[in-house]
This record gives sequence, C-alpha cells and structure tokens, in this order.
Amino acid sequence: MKFLQTLSVARRTIFLSLGFMLVLSAVRLITNADDITSSGTISSTMRVATPILLAGLAGLWAERVGIVNIGIEGMMIIGTWFGGYGAWKWGSWAGIALAIIAGSLVGLLHALATVRFNVNHVVSGIAINILAAGATEYLSIIFFKGQKGGGESQSPTGKGGYGEFDMPFLTGGRVGSWRSPDILGWIERKHDLPLLPDLAGFARGLLSDVYVPTLLAIALVPLTGYILWRTRFGLRLRSSGESPQAGESLGVPINRLRYQAMAVSGGLAGFAGAYLSCVFTSTYRQGQTGGQGYIGLATTIFGNWNPFGVLRGAILFGFPTALKFRDEKNVPALLLVVATVLVVVAIISFTRQKQILAMGLLFGSALSATTYFLVDEVPQEFVAATPYIVTILVLVGAQQQLRPPAHAGAPYRAGENH
Amino acid sequence: MKSQRLQRVLVTSASSLLAVFVALCICAVILLITGKDPIQAYSTLFGAAGDIKVLQGTLNRATPLMISAAAVAIGFKMNLFNIGVEGQMRVALLATAVAGAAIDLPAPLHILFSLVVAMATGAIWAAFAGWLKVKRGVNEVISTIMLNFVALSLVAWAFKSFFTADNAPGVLLAKTKELPPSAWFPDIVERRLNGMFFIAILVLVLFYVLVWKTKFGFQLRASGANPGAARVTGVNPKRMVMISMLMSGALAGLVGMRALLGDVHAYQNNLAEQQGFNGIAVALLGRNHPLGIFISALLFGYLGEASGRLQLEDIPKEITTIMTGIIVLAVVIINEAVKRWDDKRIQHKAALALATRVVAE
Repeated sequence: MKFLQTLSVARRTIFLSLGFMLVLSAVRLITNADDITSSGTISSTMRVATPILLAGLAGLWAERVGIVNIGIEGMMIIGTWFGGYGAWKWGSWAGIALAIIAGSLVGLLHALATVRFNVNHVVSGIAINILAAGATEYLSIIFFKGQKGGGESQSPTGKGGYGEFDMPFLTGGRVGSWRSPDILGWIERKHDLPLLPDLAGFARGLLSDVYVPTLLAIALVPLTGYILWRTRFGLRLRSSGESPQAGESLGVPINRLRYQAMAVSGGLAGFAGAYLSCVFTSTYRQGQTGGQGYIGLATTIFGNWNPFGVLRGAILFGFPTALKFRDEKNVPALLLVVATVLVVVAIISFTRQKQILAMGLLFGSALSATTYFLVDEVPQEFVAATPYIVTILVLVGAQQQLRPPAHAGAPYRAGENH
Repeated sequence: MKSQRLQRVLVTSASSLLAVFVALCICAVILLITGKDPIQAYSTLFGAAGDIKVLQGTLNRATPLMISAAAVAIGFKMNLFNIGVEGQMRVALLATAVAGAAIDLPAPLHILFSLVVAMATGAIWAAFAGWLKVKRGVNEVISTIMLNFVALSLVAWAFKSFFTADNAPGVLLAKTKELPPSAWFPDIVERRLNGMFFIAILVLVLFYVLVWKTKFGFQLRASGANPGAARVTGVNPKRMVMISMLMSGALAGLVGMRALLGDVHAYQNNLAEQQGFNGIAVALLGRNHPLGIFISALLFGYLGEASGRLQLEDIPKEITTIMTGIIVLAVVIINEAVKRWDDKRIQHKAALALATRVVAE
C-alpha cells in the first residue's frame, strides 16, 4: 500500500474507483442486481452527489482559510429559495446566479461576524442556520403565497432550461440532427461479462443525460485544486488557515482573504441549494435541503480537506441514495459491497500489524454479509444515516491520516500576537 | 469589589437588552421593506402580554427551553459545544415512552422512573460524543452534529419498526403505546401550563449551585477560562469533558419530558421537535447564567406563543424566527465588542492609577 501513498490524490481517486468498480462488478455477477452499475444509477448518483459535492467544496474553501462553516446548511437554504425564485421568474440559470449571489452575501455575513467581530465560528454558523430558515419561510409567504402553483412553503414551478448533455458516438448524443450510435450502451447490455459492462455503464452514466450544472460542479473540483495549490492567491489563502500569524508577518492580508474565501464558500453553498430547487427539481420547497449541508460538511472531513477527496466522498455518499431512487431492491447488494471492501481494508490493516483493527473489520464484514442473507430490504433510515456513520468511523479509525487546516476555527485577530 | 461586580452584571444585562433591541430594529426594517407595518406588528406581538392565557402558554413553552439551555450552558462553561441536545433528546423521548408504557408503578414513582430513564438514555447518547473526544480527540461539534442525524434515523426506524401501537379509531398519527396515567406529569393549569415548569426551575437552581457553589463547578469554570492553569492545579481535563458531557446529555434527556409526560403521553414523530436546538439560542442570550437563561427562555417562549396572533393581522409569524437568529448573532457580536471596550477601560484605569502614583511619589 506504500504504492498508493506515492500517487497523487487525483490518480489515487481514479485507482480507487477502478478497484471499487471491480468489487461492484463481482457483486453484480453474484447477486444479479444489474442496476448497481447501470448507467442510469451512475448518472443518478452524479445528480444526487452534485449538491453534496458543492456543499463539501463550500466547507473546504471556508476551512482552508481558517473559518469553520457550520452555516453551510443555512446558506444552502437561502440558495434553494433564491434558486426557486429566479427559476420561476427567468429560468434555471438566472436562479443559479441569484442563489450564488445570495449565498455569497450570507457567506460574507459569516465572515463579518467571525473576522470583524471575532465571534465564535460555531455560534455564528448556528445563528445563520436559524436566520436562513426563518428568512426563507418569511419570504415564501410574501412572494409565493397566492401565486399560481406557489404556496406558503413552495415556489411556483420554475421555467427550467439548464441544459443536458449527451456525448456523441459513445452514448448516442446528437450531431446536428443525426443521432449517433450508442456504443457504450451496447456494451453495457452484455450483462454476462465481468467488469466490461460495468465500466461501460460507469462511463455512459458519466457521459449521457448529464445536466450542465453538474458538469460545472465537477469542473470546480480541479479548479479548486488549481487555485488553492497552484496559485499565489491559493498559497496565501491556505496560509491563513494553517498559521495566520505567520502569514500576517509576511504581509499576507489575512482578513481580506477570509472575506474572499467566505464569499466563495457561500456562493458554492448557494449553488448547491439552487441545484436542488431548479435543476434536480423545478420548485423550491421548504426543508428541501434536508441536512445536505451537514452531509457536505461531513464530506469535507471525509475528503481530508482536499477537493478530489470531497468528490470521492460526495459520490460515495450519493451512491446509496441514487440506488434507492432507482430501485429499492438493489440496496441490499450494497451490504455485500461493504463486506468485500471491509475484507480488503482488513487485509491492509493486517499487513500493517494492526491485528485488532483487522479483526474488528473482519467482524464488521461478516456482520454485513450475514445481514445481506437475512434481510430483503434495507430500511431507508439506514441509507440516510450512512454518511454520518461513515464520517464518525473515519474520525475514529483514520484520525492519523486526516489533516485539517491547523488553525481552522481558532480565534484570530490581526496584529494581536506581535 | 462589590460595585465592580454589580457593574459587570449591569454591563452584561445591558448588552443582552441591546441585542434584543437591535433585532427588533432590524426586523422592523424587514417588515417595512416587505410592505408590512412594524408598529402594528409589534403592538400586536407585545399587546398580547396582558392576556393571562398567553402568559401561561409562555411559561409552558419556556419550560423545555430552560432545560435545554441549561444542558447547552453546562458545556459552554468549559468551552464544550454540545450541539447534540436535539439528538440526545430524541433518543431519550423514545426510550422513555417505551419504558414508561411497559411497566406499572404508583404515580409519583412512575414519573420519577420515567425522568430517570430519560436522563440515563440522554446521557448514554451524549457519552458517545464524550468518548470520541476524550479517547480519539474528535471535535465534539462535528461528532454531535453527526450523532444528531444518526439519532434521528435510528429513532425513526426503531419507532416505525418495533414500537408503533395500533391506532385508536379516528387517530391518523402513528404513536407508541400510551403511557398509563400514573406516568402523566400533572398540569398546573389544565391543558395550559404543565408542572414540568417547576422541574425546569429546579434544574436552573441546581445548575446555579453546581456551577457556582461547588468544587466541581469551580473546576468546570476554570477549565473553560484557562485550561492550562486548570490542568496545573490538578484538574483532569478528560474527566471534566466526560462528566460535563454526561450531565449535559442527562439534562437533554429531560427536555422533551414536558411534551411526553405532560402533553401527548406517547411518542410520535416531530414530538418536541427543535426544542433541543432552540436551547442554544436561549443559552447564548442568557449568557449561560441561570437567571439570564430564565429571562431569555421567557422571551423566546413569549415570542413563540404570541407570534400566532401576527397571522391574524396578515403578518407572517416567521418574522419571530428571523428575530431569534438576529438576536443570537447580535448578542455575540455585542458581547465581543463590550469585552474589548471593557479590556480597554481596565487597561486605561490601571495606566491612570500607575501614573498618579508616580506623580504622587
């Protein structure tokens, strides 16, 4: 496993995905749950994962600059409302733009409280969550109540128009008015083969019926990586999260960077919210976020404060939900996937002389496999709780590997420590 | 010394009052912008204060808020954030509803048994977060947020799968088996004010005694004010984290009891919802002091009770939720500003005293 550590995070993501595909393929052949790697499930996963990814990136930008953002949920709620409003008045893209602006403003409010007034980050975040919930409910009554299709807790239907994308030749997208062949789709239907249809399904899921906002969100992953790790701005920004005093002594404008990063963080959370209200569905509904802002926060941790890690977490957390959306009957197959993955991790731990951990993992694996043979369906509540449980387990078991920004959440005032 | 202490109390209460005032002003602007008359809104909102029924409702609503604020404040006293009061409350609610309905005891004992079960289960759920922090160094803010959602799912699943009772005809909402009347907490005013109010007052009194009059309380405050110094004087920080987490969880278990033992007498979804979260706002406005918590709980209880009247005037009652959010933000910002001003004032005074002495010599 030394080999894995030497890879860059981006390559490791690809490598791990391949390994995971292999496991999924094996489970598919055993259980006949063909849907677990179908292109439909994969594209559904991408849709479910997009808001989680955006919320996770929002957490990443905030924590990298040194500010803990518990308010992501609130910023997302604001995003859903303004997204719904914009989509109703002008269309989806206007909704997304409006939500990004509104989210940024809330992000700046969080920055104002935490940077200018040095308020505890968690307290400010909680206040923002309360404020956002109240504000959107209030605004809905003022603007949506009495409108056609709207109501106290719901916006009128949006105009849509966010655009979809199909890759020509590979997934049957159109070139002009001619419908090109669907090569991946043809391979995907050869269910008896191992791995090949899974890879085809995976690729086809990524390339067909893709919502353009999803593409945009995925593009933000390498972009975030580039800005934060390859530019001067990013280096300074991260210095603010690691050691603001050191940055300050070198002339880095810490406070200004914190405002900028929080505007980005809020904007990303706003985008995440708008995705729910004008792409994933076409109306704003009260309570639409359903704690996805917190899943985003969990993804930031799970992804080890790295954009590719966040992407990995978002897909992992989105997968069970997507599978459940497609067909409830496929969810138990995930238990076998979990069992297999746990065995692999157990073997790795064993080679690292962590026998007790390995035994624990094997026990978990056996438990998971037994459950598969005992139950017909996995309760929806377990699917819902998975991201949180996984995050707690990661925090318990892989604490040494996690490296949060050293100064995130700590109080800091410019010029105080000299 | 006495006058200095008085001064501090005055400054603290003044800043909390100022926060409420600022929130009222901002909300007035919001009302104006959205085409509502703020004067009409506030006279409706505060005009309800003369109504005895509204006052009874206020005390009733303040009851869980006081307990959950105390649960939050005990952690705050040592800079420990228990965001998980909501989750701990949920677990305790279901456990108590099930355990209370399963046994038969004479009235006072049955109530006592229920309260003990609630406190124990709340404490057990909080102990997870405490264990994670003490043994694995996991930040309690993150772990309690995650555990809240786990609790929500777990309780919803357990309730749906094992504990839903057959409904009486005409009842649509799923419930657990009803508690026998011996477990019902008696009302002070029929259907308006439950006796759990006295338990809440008792909690606040005990909270005061524990935090300000015992050795444990001193150690708790010391750990919050200066962890390094506390450790040097022999306070075990891990032990403090664990104990305060357990106490906080035990109180969290009590939060839902007014709704369970005093009102619905069975578990149902959304029972006592949000009451664990709202305690955070109450504790912040009340500056983690029992008296402050009492007054803030009354304020938020009143806002909740009287907000219904706004709707009659065609003003969305959600303006009070906005108000709550602004109050929380304003109170922490003002506290911080006042603290800076106070530090400066003390520095100035010391400098002045020093200067006069030099001149006198």
